[in-house]
Formats: sequence, C-alpha cells, structure tokens
Amino acid sequence: MRRALVWDRVATGVFWAIGAFVVAVLGAIILHFLLASMGTISLDFLTSNPSRTELGGVAPILWNSFYILVLTLLITVPLGTIGGIYMAEYAGNGRLPNLIRLSQELISSVPSIVVGLFGLALFVIAFGWSFSAISGALALTVFNLPLMMRLAEQALRGVPQDERDASLALGATKWQTIRNVVLPLAIPGIITGIILTAGRIFGEAAALIFTAGLSTPGGYDFSNFNIADAQSPWSPFHTSTTLSVYIWKLNSEGLSQFVHQIADTSAAILVVAVLAFNLLARGLGRALQRRTTGSR
Amino acid sequence: MNTENDVTVAEMPPPTDSTQPAADGLSTPGTTNPPQIRITVQPGAATEETKSHETRIAVKDLNIYYGPKRAVRDVTMDIPANAVTAFIGPSGCGKSTILRCFDRMNDLIPGARITGEVVLNGEDVYDRGVLPVEVRRRVGLVFQRPNPFPMTIYDNVAYGPRRHGVKDRARLDEIVEGSIKRAALWDEVKDDYRKKSGLALSGGQQQRLCIARTLATEPDVILMDEPASALDPISTLKIEELIEELRQRYTIVIVTHNMQQASRVSQMTAFFTLSSDDRAGYLVEYANTAQIFTNPRQQLTEDYVSGRFG
Repeated sequence: MRRALVWDRVATGVFWAIGAFVVAVLGAIILHFLLASMGTISLDFLTSNPSRTELGGVAPILWNSFYILVLTLLITVPLGTIGGIYMAEYAGNGRLPNLIRLSQELISSVPSIVVGLFGLALFVIAFGWSFSAISGALALTVFNLPLMMRLAEQALRGVPQDERDASLALGATKWQTIRNVVLPLAIPGIITGIILTAGRIFGEAAALIFTAGLSTPGGYDFSNFNIADAQSPWSPFHTSTTLSVYIWKLNSEGLSQFVHQIADTSAAILVVAVLAFNLLARGLGRALQRRTTGSR
Repeated sequence: MNTENDVTVAEMPPPTDSTQPAADGLSTPGTTNPPQIRITVQPGAATEETKSHETRIAVKDLNIYYGPKRAVRDVTMDIPANAVTAFIGPSGCGKSTILRCFDRMNDLIPGARITGEVVLNGEDVYDRGVLPVEVRRRVGLVFQRPNPFPMTIYDNVAYGPRRHGVKDRARLDEIVEGSIKRAALWDEVKDDYRKKSGLALSGGQQQRLCIARTLATEPDVILMDEPASALDPISTLKIEELIEELRQRYTIVIVTHNMQQASRVSQMTAFFTLSSDDRAGYLVEYANTAQIFTNPRQQLTEDYVSGRFG
C-alpha cells in the first residue's frame, strides 16, 4: 500500500515536471527574444521601412506576413473545411477516401523547401505570377490544405453520433444535420485547426523563399488599391518577403550593421504575433460556439 | 368475449382529434366504443396475430439483417393506435432494432437491410418512393440518453419545424409553446425557455425536452427507446405520467428493460427473445399487458416476466 502511494507521488511528480519543462522552454524562447529586442523595438521600428544605413524598420515585411497569412487562410480554410466534411460525413471507407488520406500524409511529409521548388516551377514560372504573394500563398496552401482538411475532419468526427441521430430522427436531412448540428459543434475544433495552420503559415520560410520572393516594393502606398499593380500593398502580385524569410535573409546575407538587432526584433515580433493570433482565434472560437449553439 | 383467447383492452380511450388539446382524456369513458384488440394464439406457435379496431403500424414478416447476420426473424404484429405498446426482452433480442426500423433509423447503419413490411397508416414505410426523412417526421424517436442539442430550449423544440420549412415567427412560437406544454415541461421553463440552454436542464427535464422536440414535428407515432433508464425514480415517474397523458393523442411504442415500467405504462406488451440456434431475435408473445404479466401463454414469457432469466 505504502509503495503504491510512493509510486503515485513519483508519477504525479514526473508528469508535473514534464509539463513544467514544456512551459519553461516556451517561456525561455519568448523571454530570450523579448530581452534581445529591448532597445530596438519601438513603434517606429514597426512603422518604418527597412534601411541600409540606419536601423530602419519592418513595416512592409510585417504587412506582407499578414497579407500572405490572410490570403492563404482565405484559400485553405473553406477548401479544407469542405474537404473535411466530405471525408468525415460522406466518404466512408472506399478506395477514393483511402487515396485521399494517403496523399494527405505524403504531402504533409514532403519537405517544405521542395514544395517551394514546386511552387517556383508552377506558380512563379509556368503561371507567370513571378515572385508574389499569390505564388507564396498557393505554395503554402499545397502543404497546409491537407493539414486543415485532416483537422476539420477530426473536429467533425468528434461530434457525438447522438447529436446526429437526434437531428435525423426529427426528419432533418443529412445536409440540414451537418449544417445545423454537426458544423456548429465542430467549430471550436475547426478554429483550433485554423490556429495550428496559421502558426505554420506565419512562421514558414523555406516554401516562400522561391515563391514569395526575397524583396519587397520599397515604401508602400496604402491608398493604391489597384490590385493589378505589383507596387500596391493590396495586390496579390507584389513581391512579398515575410518576417521569417526576412530573418533568414538577414542572417545569411545581411550587410547592415544592425543585422542582429533587426533579426532578433523580427523574431520577437514573430513569436508575439503568433501568440496573440492564437489567443485571438481561441476567443473567437468560443464566441462563435456560443452564438451558433446558444449554450451558456 | 367468446373464447378465452379474446382479450379486451378496457382502458383504451377513443382516438382523440389531433387538434384538441390533450386534456385528462382518461376520465372520459364511454364517449365512443373503445377499440378492441383480439389476440389469437395458436398453442405452441411462436408468432401471434393481433387484430385491433384501428391499427397504426402493421408489421408483416419483418426480418432485419446486419450484413450476413439475421438480427430479427419473422416478426408479424399489429400495433394499435392511441395506446402504449411495450417491447420487453433480454439484451440483444432485437427490440430496439425493431423499434428503429419503424422510423427507418436503421437505414443509417451500413450493411443493414430488411425484408417484410412495416405499414404505417396504410403505407409501407419501406416502399420505393417513400422518403426516410418523411417517415422520421411522422414517427418520432426518443432516445435512451437525453440528447438535447446545445441550443436554447426554444431552438431545440423549433428545430424540427424549422427544418421542415416553418419560418413564420408567430407560428413557431405557437408550436414551441404548445409542444413544451404537452411535454409537461412548461411550468419549469416558461420564464427562460428562450434564453436557457437545453443542456442546463436536469436529466429528467432534458428527456421531457426531447419529447417536446419530437412533438413539435407533429408525429403520429412516438417511439421511445428505454426513455427513463438513465433517469432517477422521480424523473422516471414523471416520464411515465407523461406517456400516459400522451397516448390520448399519439401511438406510443416503448422499449424497456424495466418490467414494472412495462406493466405500469402499457396496454399491449410484446415479448422478444433470442433464438438459441441462430441468435436472431424473434417475437415470442404479444398480447395485452395484463395477460403477459399474469397469465402468459408461453413458458418462455412466463420464465422471463417472473425473473427466471434475462
């Protein structure tokens, strides 16, 4: 009996320690970059253009990161959710769903630099979109769509059969059941999927180097809404270095004397932005669920 | 009553007009002649034929298969309108399977198929051209575990009508209020049923909400699959009282493991069991409830209701 109690204590301690270790690692990363960016970070840094001679800022690069993120999510989330609905509700266990599942796994395990090369060949060269936000977003879609689809499918499968049966027994059709009962209940899971996907998109560098490009139009004019103009910040055709790519570029070929300060500060922004984005999406997921289901 | 095989269900009230509110119809005897149920029993035979004044569901030679396995064998029975029919029997005897067959919920299970007929109001629910969604609308199903949607009480009850195209607010309000009242839940929720989540109710209240939700689709038949087995005794009693109340307007078929419950709430009882050779469920005896519990004709029924097996 005593031994059992001791082991119980030990087990609790081990699990607690592992949990604490994970939190500590995360805390260390955040703390490191926050400290490293002290003195550099300022509103000025966020709102000015990069410069070769002074510290400058990352305004257009930050803009590109969010632009590509939103563009990718606009493509990935609807397609992924629809794909997830198909896989969870309609596909069953035939040959096609098995093939889809295999493809999902294979694409997910392809190194992202290879996806980048594929994007270069297809979107940049074959489609003639050159290095641009849209080429980057589509390359990101290639390997995030299977993930999003998978996560949406899991979220939908997590909805208890009871709820579906209750709806069907009331004479609702399958689609009415999915639309009114299953989807609302799956929304928190789908939001979690979006968070995970968004984190990957926001932080991705390798797939973007050959697709979104390494530069950015100097000085954005936000009043230029002509989306066909590659100089417009709103255009999907503008060259779009993102924060991650920028960090890589600075560290490999940066010439400015402020290289390390800029890289560290960019990293801090990246980490904080991903964190903030997660928290926001979480809150949104809860609010959505409350609204669609009316539960307290 | 000319032979001892003829049985009358004395308490059966006349079928009530469905526009009439469900008042205490129990205390209005003798308004019309009560429907009579005649049960013919062939000695030693496992199947019995039931004839009633008005049959709501006529089951004929029903066999249910899951893939190659036969789950239910040759069930033939007539389920009378405006009465409670109880299905009893040991676990796995197919009573829930048969129940779900009546509103085509078995269609949802891959590999399930049936032969035979389930005739509801003169139409075989398995006919080509009969839509399962239509059947499920006319035949309500209340599940073992209360399963309200995570929505407000109002939205739960309005769910069926909304899916069937009722958009008018006033009409929806009317249906919702009427259904909650008929499910004997009104007094407990009338103050906040538009805001409160169905999940915030107690288990017994949730089950009555599920019944209200079913009533809102205006079914002819309500199937109940062990509706009180997950509830405490007081909630169970309320559900039983509600069933008694509801049979004035609806035909009710209830699966129950609780034999006291079957004897309390039902007028007709069907006893099913598993056959020893192919493990398929079959109907052993179907008669009025008093007879099944006091004077069954089959030894198997006798053994089961007296607690000797099952």
